[in-house]
Amino acid sequence: MKKCYINGTACVSSQKTINTAFLQDIIINENDNILELSLPDYKEVILPAAARRMAKGVKNGIVASHWAMKEAGTQNPDAIITGTGMGCGVDSEKFLKALIDNKEEFLTPTSFIQSTHNTVGGQIALGLQCKAYNFTYVNGAVSFESSLIDAKMQIDGEEASTILVGGVEETSENTLQFLKLSGVIKDKEQSPYSVLGSDTTGAVFSEGAVFFVLENEQKATTYAELKDVSIYNLLEQNEIEAKLKAFLAHNKLTLADIDAVVLGYNGDVQYDGYYNTLANSVFANIPQLYYKHLSGEFYTASAFGLWVASHIVKLQELTSILQINKIEGKSFKNVLLYNQYRGADHSFTLISQC
Amino acid sequence: MEALKQELKEKIINVLNLEDIQVEDVNDNDALFGDGLGLDSIDALELIVMLDKDYGIKLADPKEGKAIFQSIETMAKYISENRTK
Amino acid sequence: MNRGVAITGMGIISSIGTTVEENFNALINGKPGITVIENIATIHKNNIKVGEIKKTNSQLAEELGLSADNNFSRTAMLATIAAKQAVKNAGIADINEYATGLISATTVGGMDMTEKFFYDYIEREDNRRYIQAHDAGDTTHKIANELGLKGLVTTISTACSSAANAIMLGARLIKSGKLDRVIVGGTDALSKFTINGFKTLMILSDTYNTPFDNNRKGLNLGEAAAFLVLESDEVVKKENKKVLAYLSGYGNANDAYHQTASSENGDGAFLAMEKAFKVSGLQPLDIDYINAHGTATPNNDLSEGRALIRMFGDTMPDFSSTKPFTGHTLAAAAAIEAVYSVLALQHGIVYPNLNFETPMEEFNIVPQTVLKEKEINHVLSNSFGFGGNCSTLLFSKS
Repeated sequence: MKKCYINGTACVSSQKTINTAFLQDIIINENDNILELSLPDYKEVILPAAARRMAKGVKNGIVASHWAMKEAGTQNPDAIITGTGMGCGVDSEKFLKALIDNKEEFLTPTSFIQSTHNTVGGQIALGLQCKAYNFTYVNGAVSFESSLIDAKMQIDGEEASTILVGGVEETSENTLQFLKLSGVIKDKEQSPYSVLGSDTTGAVFSEGAVFFVLENEQKATTYAELKDVSIYNLLEQNEIEAKLKAFLAHNKLTLADIDAVVLGYNGDVQYDGYYNTLANSVFANIPQLYYKHLSGEFYTASAFGLWVASHIVKLQELTSILQINKIEGKSFKNVLLYNQYRGADHSFTLISQC
Repeated sequence: MEALKQELKEKIINVLNLEDIQVEDVNDNDALFGDGLGLDSIDALELIVMLDKDYGIKLADPKEGKAIFQSIETMAKYISENRTK
Repeated sequence: MNRGVAITGMGIISSIGTTVEENFNALINGKPGITVIENIATIHKNNIKVGEIKKTNSQLAEELGLSADNNFSRTAMLATIAAKQAVKNAGIADINEYATGLISATTVGGMDMTEKFFYDYIEREDNRRYIQAHDAGDTTHKIANELGLKGLVTTISTACSSAANAIMLGARLIKSGKLDRVIVGGTDALSKFTINGFKTLMILSDTYNTPFDNNRKGLNLGEAAAFLVLESDEVVKKENKKVLAYLSGYGNANDAYHQTASSENGDGAFLAMEKAFKVSGLQPLDIDYINAHGTATPNNDLSEGRALIRMFGDTMPDFSSTKPFTGHTLAAAAAIEAVYSVLALQHGIVYPNLNFETPMEEFNIVPQTVLKEKEINHVLSNSFGFGGNCSTLLFSKS
C-alpha cells in the first residue's frame, strides 16, 4: 500500500492567498456577515474565450487547481476529484430567474449548461485535455472530505499516483438571501461578529476554491502525509470522543499523539458546542486552532482548514492569528482536523509530518 | 442594413459576453464560427434564441443556423428578409 | 477472475412501475411509461413527452407517512421509497449492525421545490422550510434518516453518469474494507428547470424517443429512483444472503471534448468500457447484452455507437436502450438500468429497443428490437453525462 502525500496546494478565498507567503496579508472582517472574495488574477490562467462563460466558482477552481499543480510540478493528473455543496449557484439562479421571469420563453442554454454540479471538474479536465477519472461530490460539509477519501483510496490501492482534489463553493445572490431568511447566516443587526465566544446563531458566510495535489511519492514540495479521513452523517455530542478514539486507534494512534487540533468553529452558538466537547476535555492541553474567522463559512470551508493545517505541518510553526488557546507547541508531527455543519456531516482528517 | 449590422455586432458581443472584443474589431464578412471569432455550438444556440426574442424568427432545426450565422453580412441579410419584429 | 461485489437487494420507482416486479413486467410486456406531463404546468406540455411517475407529491408523502410540515422534495421522496425497498429486499433488519454506508446521486436535488417557491420565500414564511432541502446532500440525508442509518453518507453529481459513479464508489469502499455494506443508487424528479434546460439545448423530442434510429429527434426526460444494496463476501456468507448478481467491473473516464456534446469517436465512452473490462478481467466476447445509454439524441447515439464498434468490432453483442420505456432519468438512469441489468441476468432476457425503425447511416449496428430470451452471464451498462463524464458498469450472474 502506497502512502499519500500532499505535494501542492493553492487557495482562492476571502484572504489574499494566491501566490503570497502563508497568511502574510490577513484581513479580519468582523463587520460583514458575508466576506467578499479576494479576486485572483484570472487572465493569467484562463483565456478570455473560455472565461466568458464561466461563473466565479469555475474560474476560482481553475485558478486554484492551476497553481496547486504548478507547485507540485504535475501536468496531467490520474484523477480529478472535486467537492461542492451547492454547486454552481450563480448560473443556477440565472437560469431559474430567467425561466420564471420570462415564463419559460427565450431561454438560452449557457447558464443551464454551466449550472451542473460537475462543471468545475469538467472544465478543469477540458482545459488539461485530461481523460482520466473525474468525480464530483455534493454532500454539504463533507463534499471535500468525500473527495479526499476517494483520492486516498486510489493512491492506497495503487490505482493512481497523482490526483488533483479540491473543494469549491460560490456565493450567489438569491441563495444568500434565502440562507439569511432561514437563519443560517448571521443577522445583520448582530455585528460585530466573533467566531470565538459567540452567543448568537448563524455564521458569517463566504466562498472559495482550494485545491491539492495528492501523490504517492514524497517530494521537495511535500507539505504533509495525508493519513486518514473519516466522515459521519450524524453524531451526538456525547459520541464524538469515542468516535475520535476509534478513528485514531485505526491509525495506531492515541489522543496523546495529537500535537495540534484544527477545529471548524464558525461562531454559531447552536452548534459550536461540538468543538467545545473536544477543546475543553481531551485537547485542553494542546494548541487549538481555528480558521473560519479568516475564510468564512461555506460547505467546503474545511478545505481551507486543510490548507492551513498543511502549512503548519510543513513550516512547523503556528501563526498567532490561528490560535484559540495560548498553548504553544514545539513540534507538529500529527495534526487532526475536526469539522461539522449544523450538527451533521462530521469529519476527522489526520495529517502527519514526513 | 448598416444600422442592423451595427446592432448585431453589439448584440453578439453582449449576449455572448465577448469581453475583450469591440464592435470595431468585427468585420462584416469575418467568419463568426471556427477560426474567425471562434464561436461554437453553444453560441449558435444562444444566437438562435436571439433571433426569436429580438426579431421574431423561429428556427425549428438548429442546423439551419450554420448558413445564417456564417458572418454579420449573412445574418443581417437573413434577418432583414425574415424578421417579424 | 474475481467475481466482483455482491448485490443483495434492489428497489426502484419509475414511470413503468413502483416496484421491481412492476418494472420487470412492463419491460417484458413492452409497456412504456412515456406520456404527456401532468404534475408540472409548463408551456412545453404539448411539445414534449416524459417518463412521469403518475403520483402527486401528496400521494408520495402519504405513502411515506410524512408529517404535514415535512420538507422533502419530490426527489427525496422518490429516493426514500426506492431505498427502503432495497433495504427490505436485502433482508436487512438492523441497518447499523455492520459498517454501512449510503452513496446517492442526484442532479435536481430540491430544485423541484426551489423553482416553485423562488419568489415566495421572500414574501412569506410558509414554505421557507424547503430552503434547506435545495442542495443535493440534503436529499441524501433524508434517505439516511428515514433508514436510520448512521455512518458514511455522501452524494455524487456528475450529470447523467451520477448513479453509475455512486455504484462504483460503493463497490470500491467494500473492496477496500472500509465498509461491509453500502446502499447505492440515484434519484431525480422532473422539474421545470431540467425540462427548460434541455429544451434550450434543442435535444428534446416532441414524440417518443427512438434510440439508434437514423431519424431520432432527441430524448424524453423521465423521473425515477433506484437503489442497490452491495455487501461484502463476509456478510453474505455470515448472513447466508441470496446474491442477486455481482458488480464485476466498472470504469469512469472523461471525454474532455466539449461541455455537453460527446466526441465523434466516443473516446470517453471507449476508455470507460476499457477500464471496466480491466477491473473485471472479462473480455468483450464475454458480454451477452449491452444496456446502452442510448438517449436518442443525434450526438449520443452516434458517439456511443462508434465507441461500441471500437470496443466490440465484428462481434457486437445484443444491445438496446431501455430509455424508450422510462425516458432519460438523469442521475437515476444508471441506477434503474442497473436494476434492469440484474433482472436481465436473473431471467435471461434482452429488452427490446422500442420505436426503432431505420438503421443509422453511419454504421451497420442495429439494436435488438424484440424481446429475446437467452442465457445471459454478463451485462454491460453505459451512462454518459455532461462534462464529458463517461461511466460503464459490468454485471455478472451469481
